Amino acid sequence: MGTKLIALATAILASLTLSTAQAAEPKHGGILKVYHRETPPSLSIHEEATFSVNAPAMGLYNNLVVYDQHKPQNSMGTIVPELATSWAWSADNLKLTFKLREGVKWHDGQPFTAKDVKCTFDLLQGKGQDKFRKNPRKDLFSNISDVATNGDFEVTLQLKRPQPSLVAMLASGYTPMYSCHVTAAQMRTHPIGTGPFKFVEFKQNESITLTKNPDYWKKGLPYLDGIQYTIISNRATAVLAFVAGNVDMTFPTEMTAALIKDVKSQDPTAVCEIAPINVSTNLIMNLESPPFNNIELRKAMALALDRKSFIDIIFQGQADAGGTLLPPPEGVWGMPPDMLKTIPGYGDVNKSREQARAIMAKFGYSADKPLKIKVSTRNLATYRDPAVVLIDQLKSIYIDAELDPVESSQWFAKVARNDYSVGLNLTGNGIDDPDQAFYENYACGSERNYTHYCNKELEALFDKQSVETDVEKRKKMVWDIDKKLQEDVARPILMHARSGTCWKPYVKNMTIMNNSAYNGYRYEDVWLDK
Amino acid sequence: MASYLIRRFFLMLLTLFGISVLIFTMLRVVPGNIADIVFNAAGMIDVAEKAKLEKELGLDQPIAVQYVQWIGGLARGDLGYSYVSEKPALDEILPRIPITAKLAGLALTFAIVFGVPLGVLSAVKQNSGLDYTLRVISLSGLSMPAFWLGLLILMAFVKYFGTIPIYSSTPAGFWSALGLYSVPAAAVGFRSSALIMRLTRSSMLEVLRQDYIRTARAKGASEQNVNYHHALRNAVLPVVTVIGIETAFLMGGLIVTETVFNIPGVARFLVEAIRWRDYPIVQNLVMFIAIVAVSINFLVDMLYAVLDPRIKYSG
Repeated sequence: MGTKLIALATAILASLTLSTAQAAEPKHGGILKVYHRETPPSLSIHEEATFSVNAPAMGLYNNLVVYDQHKPQNSMGTIVPELATSWAWSADNLKLTFKLREGVKWHDGQPFTAKDVKCTFDLLQGKGQDKFRKNPRKDLFSNISDVATNGDFEVTLQLKRPQPSLVAMLASGYTPMYSCHVTAAQMRTHPIGTGPFKFVEFKQNESITLTKNPDYWKKGLPYLDGIQYTIISNRATAVLAFVAGNVDMTFPTEMTAALIKDVKSQDPTAVCEIAPINVSTNLIMNLESPPFNNIELRKAMALALDRKSFIDIIFQGQADAGGTLLPPPEGVWGMPPDMLKTIPGYGDVNKSREQARAIMAKFGYSADKPLKIKVSTRNLATYRDPAVVLIDQLKSIYIDAELDPVESSQWFAKVARNDYSVGLNLTGNGIDDPDQAFYENYACGSERNYTHYCNKELEALFDKQSVETDVEKRKKMVWDIDKKLQEDVARPILMHARSGTCWKPYVKNMTIMNNSAYNGYRYEDVWLDK
Repeated sequence: MASYLIRRFFLMLLTLFGISVLIFTMLRVVPGNIADIVFNAAGMIDVAEKAKLEKELGLDQPIAVQYVQWIGGLARGDLGYSYVSEKPALDEILPRIPITAKLAGLALTFAIVFGVPLGVLSAVKQNSGLDYTLRVISLSGLSMPAFWLGLLILMAFVKYFGTIPIYSSTPAGFWSALGLYSVPAAAVGFRSSALIMRLTRSSMLEVLRQDYIRTARAKGASEQNVNYHHALRNAVLPVVTVIGIETAFLMGGLIVTETVFNIPGVARFLVEAIRWRDYPIVQNLVMFIAIVAVSINFLVDMLYAVLDPRIKYSG
């Protein structure tokens, strides 16, 4: 009897192991159906600045190097070769040489060579004859002085100064390789890449269709026969479509905590993940005209902030307090919590507000004589809602603020004209790297430095951390810079958002990046267990 | 009659000219153009770069020149290029028209098929239980926003049938198209049917009190003959007017319904084009809608003569 039981148990165990093994074996075929939240402006990644483009388009392309698509936290250590087989720095860290993969073909059959890499950088730097209609990330590559090819399969980037994080920028979903033989205009309407999926059709307001690239250089991939993005702009309809099974997956990062709860109640089998998306909500102040050209008043504003309330009200607790860089554990470069607590405005809210009121009183403001301001923001819910919370919080320090909703198309132009007093803004970071965050948002003269904050001493520190190759040393330098930025009230960070993605349990090998929303959509080894 | 038709035709042209000027001007009065929007979407503020894009799209030209270019192109059948998709505007607009036309046609059919008979029934059975029920239903139809009704329908389908009646691909044949469009058509047509039902009821009640109805009854005409031959024919004139107006108004309801049911028709496309300030799409689509609305009004006027021979048109 005992032997029989053991045999039965062994048989059951063996069959279970077998079925698990079978389930784990990737299957070829099937179309992954995903809803898209809006019609993206185009599928030319280099010309756009939203992951509405990266999500459907990243599968069309390859980078020289890319973040490992199955490691949620992007860091220098998770960068893997893609169109480059290897890369090496020169001894002085001023030359970065890539050996390129041979035998790679563009979707139209043309071979990929070093010339294409050069063409891509020429486009990015506006050096070639062909130009992008808009080039939102040209500043990221301003440190590259020259791109030299050595034969068809080697290319060297010459830098003006050492910049180890350049590799991180090249690994982003924002940095695919474009070909020389397809114009920038064609890339907007009919993109040609080397990626696992080929472009089939893009119907505005309707769908984006990608099909398997049978000549993909990674043999045996992709597993999927294609990806179908159905554009469903009404979120309620989109979520219902996911619950009903019309789509296999929600648009990445589109689910709030409340929506996930709703989905799970209707479809308990749904797999949902909430992760930081490296988009911060921040306060911008006009530093060039009164009253906020006075740092004391800006400090009072920073002391009035109750970040926990923002997080609880706007994100039902699903957001994080932090500085410029995404806070740990998901963020690689963010200040540790102990350090964060030492910054004015990050500690005890009541005590901070006492200090803020004292500052305001020094300037002659009181409950009876409040400072009257307008809080300008884009007229979109994601901007407006935190602005309303901010207005409420400012009342506690004698600031009587009024909401000034600005037509979305006019927002950045208004800020650039300095035609505002206080504003609420959202800042997305394509990669979790200090160079991108510092130079883009805080460097003197940068196009995206909307507040025109300019501190030459700090900018010298930007350069210093940028050339540092020792990660731990660089981290400490970055923390000090970030702390100084918060103390200078350059652009107080209210919170870093978290967002969710859901998929059906038969969608396998799906990894959600947890420190960027722009880099994890290659989908070459995602498969359907159907 | 001929001179009346010619006069009406020229009036139609005048109306369309007015609309063309209005829509052209209004689009340019609204803050921001496509260059502003694409640059803002990318967080860019470089004025020189934006000016380059405006020049590329011809937006740097004086408004009068842009208007003449548009009307000239329209006369030649050249609708220009969509700023967003960079495809010919005609190629973007044409495939979407049949989708909305089918939806609007079905919605209108739904509205008339349910609205007119139920309105008559409500009038004939005035103050009965049936009348009260129909009045409550029609009142709900008038008060319920189309997007809310649409969402309720979708939620009910998901909960009770485990499926959702939204557009995900082009329907294969007539029956699948009918199945696909009938639910959203009912959602959008519910309001129109309620309006038609109420109007038919009040119009019928008025007619049923006329002397000639009493005379018809005294002559021994059957109740059915009185209601449907004598009364309805005379009560239907204001209803026809409202159906004409409702056809034009349907566009508003269709924008919401196409969004909720994810139907890629012209109504939703128009809103999206406005959002992007895609002038070639918006201008041409609005002109197309205006032509349809003006033509329907013209047809309704013509229909009066058929329905009521006493109406004569004169120059």
